[in-house]
Amino acid sequence: MSVRVQIPTPLRPSAGDQATVEVTASKVGDALCKLIEIHPAMGGKLFDNGKLRRFVNIYVNDEDIRYLDMLDTAIKDGDEVAIIPAVAGG
Amino acid sequence: MSASFVKGMKCRVCGTTYPVSPNNFCTDDFGPLEMDYDYDSIREATSRSKIELRTWNMWRYREFLPLDNDPSVGLHSGGTPLIKATRLGKALGFEDLYLKNDAVNFPTLSFKDRVVAVALSKAKEFGLKTVGCASTGNLANSVAANAASAGLESYIFVPADLEKAKILGTSVYGAKVLGVQGTYDEVNRLCTQVAFKHGWGFVNINLRPFYAEGSKTMGFEIAEQLGWKTPDQVVSPMAGGALIGKVHKAFQEAYRCGLLEKEPTTRFFGAQAGGCNPITDAVKTNRDQHKPVKKPNTICKSLAIGDPADGYFAAKLIRDSGGWGEDVTDDEIREGMIMLAEYEGVFAETAGGTTLAVARKLLQQGKLSPHGKTVLLITGNGLKTQDAIANHVEPPTHIAATLDAFEAVRESLGDFTPCAKSQIKTRLVGV
Repeated sequence: MSVRVQIPTPLRPSAGDQATVEVTASKVGDALCKLIEIHPAMGGKLFDNGKLRRFVNIYVNDEDIRYLDMLDTAIKDGDEVAIIPAVAGG
Repeated sequence: MSASFVKGMKCRVCGTTYPVSPNNFCTDDFGPLEMDYDYDSIREATSRSKIELRTWNMWRYREFLPLDNDPSVGLHSGGTPLIKATRLGKALGFEDLYLKNDAVNFPTLSFKDRVVAVALSKAKEFGLKTVGCASTGNLANSVAANAASAGLESYIFVPADLEKAKILGTSVYGAKVLGVQGTYDEVNRLCTQVAFKHGWGFVNINLRPFYAEGSKTMGFEIAEQLGWKTPDQVVSPMAGGALIGKVHKAFQEAYRCGLLEKEPTTRFFGAQAGGCNPITDAVKTNRDQHKPVKKPNTICKSLAIGDPADGYFAAKLIRDSGGWGEDVTDDEIREGMIMLAEYEGVFAETAGGTTLAVARKLLQQGKLSPHGKTVLLITGNGLKTQDAIANHVEPPTHIAATLDAFEAVRESLGDFTPCAKSQIKTRLVGV
């Protein structure tokens, strides 16, 4: 499944200055791993000891994965996976 | 005038430092960025006597705020009353109760006027021309009003189902108001995308490290109003969870910089609505990280943030300070609003009712002590949330303009007993 991963602006220098990165994966976790294979600098930013960091939110087509199946959330062709900093609002 | 005492910005998770810029998160681990000050220089530059000579508004604590120059927006914000609530205290069972009343803040009647004053002054220092926010209402009002007075373009994103008064109180200032189909958290996620895409100054997103510092002035004022002493207990409403932490931070900074003689030992208590209680739930279930609430359901829309940005820090502060968190039903929130009004003449919005109702509940549970100084943070004005209690207060008695007509109904109006006629379902303690 080909999906697009959206990179937040301040992190783009670690992702080849790209706004989105196209990867092939069937689950959200796999999509992020593929992203890290292409841009290894993203690895430590997103994960800490294999766990998604506390202040990173991941969305599939604008739905928070915490309301879906977390990193096991299934994705299909054309889906948008967005990485969004959690420390906003209020 | 003022030289800045800001050294830079620092990640609250890993401590990485960043130069000052419109950004809210660490690019190493997504942790929140916070202002990093040179406290030794602040200590030298400030003193009680210097502060006391200044005008009674939030800028008398300017050394603790992250501006490089004189403030240019929100010059009259802050400086709200600390009310000694003797009658309410007696009714509830508190010996020494106070209300910090930001329901009368300027210009838009909520504590958000403090944070917006800092955020938009900073936006102007950055040379930003367009500002915005994601809001549950009070922030929308304040950004729209202050942006108008500063000549800035503003985009305000709110959940489409917000109270009419809060939407009207935003549109009137000429702001571009977007009513988003969805919860606050969905609005917030959208705004994060918009802010970074367009490079605009969203006060609670990329300007959040500056914005949040404005809340400290509520804490400095409380300490000064208590004679440069901190209270024993503070009860704070929690939406994003930043305010409670910033009041704590203000007390710590005031001590560190020589404004207080005694190290603060204030216990912090957090208040939420039962229909949206991620932080109080985390406290009560002893979880580090809150579980987000997908669909908040409460009349207290100003606190209806299901995934609070500072949830982790707020829960930690509550635990570490020896406080507690509690949540209340919509009926209890209405009762709280009515009690504030009938005992102290303070018409607070639903968040104020929530705070009062939680204080009452925590006292009954023995979590809050009846002794010592207790301060409730009243953050917004009841005129904005009239719908919440419209059917719960006594309607006026209509009479002809004659003395006979008045005498005929006088008896039926009853004696003067606060909260007797309003539809409070549970009886009050100690009345």
